[in-house]
Amino acid sequence: MNKIKQIAPVKKMNWFDKIAHPGQFLIWSRYLILPLIIITITTFIIGLWYAFFNSPEDYQMGNTVRIMYIHVPTAWLSQFIYVMMAISSIGSLVWRHPLADVAMKVAAPLGATFTAMALFTGALWGRPTWGTYWEWDGRMTSTLILLLMYLGLIALWRSFDDQLRAAKLVAIITLVGVINIPIIKFSVDWWNTLHQPSIISSKGISMPPEIYTPLFIMLFAFTMLFILLQTNAMRTEIIRRKADRLMRKKINKNSGAKNNV
Amino acid sequence: MQQQQQQLRVNNLSLERSGRQILSDINFALKEGEALLLRGDNGVGKTSLLMSIAGYLHINSGEIEWEIKRDTKREEGEEWGEEEENLLIKNLHFIGHQQAIKPHLTLEENLLFWCQLYGGEEKWVQEALIRVGLANAISYQAALLSAGQSKRLSLARLLVANRPIWLLDEPSSALDKNGDKLVADLIDEHLDGGGIAIIATHLNIELKNKKRIKTLMLKAI
Amino acid sequence: MRVFLAIIKRDIKLAAHSIGDMLTLILFFIMVGVLVPIAIGPDKEFLANIAPGIMWIAAFLSSLLALDRIFRPDHEDGSLLAMRHSAISFELIIFAKLIAHWISAILPLILATPMMALMLNMDMRNFINSVISLIVGTPALIAFGAVGAAITVSLKRGGLIAPVLILPLSLPILIFGVSSIKINVGAGTQEAALLILAAISLIAVSLTPFATALALRLTQE
Repeated sequence: MNKIKQIAPVKKMNWFDKIAHPGQFLIWSRYLILPLIIITITTFIIGLWYAFFNSPEDYQMGNTVRIMYIHVPTAWLSQFIYVMMAISSIGSLVWRHPLADVAMKVAAPLGATFTAMALFTGALWGRPTWGTYWEWDGRMTSTLILLLMYLGLIALWRSFDDQLRAAKLVAIITLVGVINIPIIKFSVDWWNTLHQPSIISSKGISMPPEIYTPLFIMLFAFTMLFILLQTNAMRTEIIRRKADRLMRKKINKNSGAKNNV
Repeated sequence: MQQQQQQLRVNNLSLERSGRQILSDINFALKEGEALLLRGDNGVGKTSLLMSIAGYLHINSGEIEWEIKRDTKREEGEEWGEEEENLLIKNLHFIGHQQAIKPHLTLEENLLFWCQLYGGEEKWVQEALIRVGLANAISYQAALLSAGQSKRLSLARLLVANRPIWLLDEPSSALDKNGDKLVADLIDEHLDGGGIAIIATHLNIELKNKKRIKTLMLKAI
Repeated sequence: MRVFLAIIKRDIKLAAHSIGDMLTLILFFIMVGVLVPIAIGPDKEFLANIAPGIMWIAAFLSSLLALDRIFRPDHEDGSLLAMRHSAISFELIIFAKLIAHWISAILPLILATPMMALMLNMDMRNFINSVISLIVGTPALIAFGAVGAAITVSLKRGGLIAPVLILPLSLPILIFGVSSIKINVGAGTQEAALLILAAISLIAVSLTPFATALALRLTQE
């Protein structure tokens, strides 16, 4: 005789569930927006001032080196956001947490934007440095592929009507993607060395400490910008879903009333 | 003796789908030889309840508990873990709206596949087809079947493997009078053999022994 | 194991019934091989040089074309749902389906490679290498494709979005696949590429059934 139980996990609200509940999130994150705006603007002003007026020109690249202060932070965000999405995916699949769904969904367009910015600034930088806008260099190729992955995820989100079901499925492909990224990077580098024995190396920039300071400030500023945009987009998405749910409730009520008559 | 009975209990089950509460606080218990009829208007969650018992849907709260006898006899060379075998999902039949019939395969091929997949014995395929009244079409392609005959073929899946729990979603839709009788007879035999059945239907199913039937009326939330 | 083989047998039988699909696939594969010389010019030496790349691109595109066939028919007629409560685990069923799909969709392409090799002026060594590289690399292609197909199976027009999702993920296969054909690159690179390709295939084939099964389960919720 076998005795088996299938029990739905009884949710005990711990502190994390409390603050991560979508409704709660709406309440406490409201107080986050203004400080975030202030921090972001201030760090951007300081960072840009440093970048434009208080950092040296590169002895080879001249003034164009200043593109780096936009390029490096956006390139960093392009990868950071994907990792964040992957972590949210685990939250969505394992704990079925609605906030993880929302975080994952709104991060994709942001990630795509920062990745596109990284590619664009990279191209602008490449023109004076390498003499061409586009070079099939390992890093640029990997970043391009990352952009394609972001765009694919956005397209996938858009093609589902039921966003709750979409979340879990997008989460799966996001995770498959994050496992794949190192392999893709490795293969692209391998392919790159195969075809052009490193004439161009993007590592060859000498970095004096005067460049570090503005770079780190800009990195911080961009990360703050992302957190601000992400928080705000998550709030919008939660409110939109709430509105949706209310609307559906109303429709159900109305049609139900008709049936009873 | 009481201990030896197979049973299925559902306590406080509630379910959400697409952000909408569909079922809440569903309770029932079935002993061996008992059937449950699920009733209610369209859209109250009859199919959802069947699917959540089958383990297809993730329930939001509550528990599904069951006790079951199994013969531990296994085919040689086929081993799976004890745990795997004990899963509820491996001990039930679910016949839904979709019939899972491949039109290009013959009736026998169709049914033989499910027989192998569910771990039944191959000689049961023939018997099952005779039982549902499709014996003379056995080597025809399933594409030639009418809607009612297709339904009979999908019901034949119940007979190709022994499983103690049957979950049937509108088993008598598209069937004629004889078909209704067939469904009732199949369920009766299953209950006689100590099985448990849950049937979502809006039609009457005439079982021999009315005492064995429980009814659960689902209401819209 | 018997059940496992039964699934493969059934899927191949079903594929054989839609022989038109298979022919279309082979035709498409060959036509890519026709298009390239016409677009680029019939310079034989140049063609031989880019032949490995074209071979893989043709295989790539054809396999994407066939992606929709892995799960969609079984999803739409309810067979996948019915497979969930079979005697063997769902992941194993997916694995069997992948093998069947490889046999029915990729093997015909590999059989058509001699024609491709002739058209592209490949020499014998390159041709043999390309067959080996296709045999080693295409399982990974199918494995990634299956994840994409499973995720989009509930979408009416999933046929277009799945390839877009899968392509970036499959780039390593293309890179190492092409490199494992070319003999004139550098000492040892071809062998290394083949080994890495084999590693990717093994990992992909052993891990993706889990992701695929999860995606299909979630789709059915």
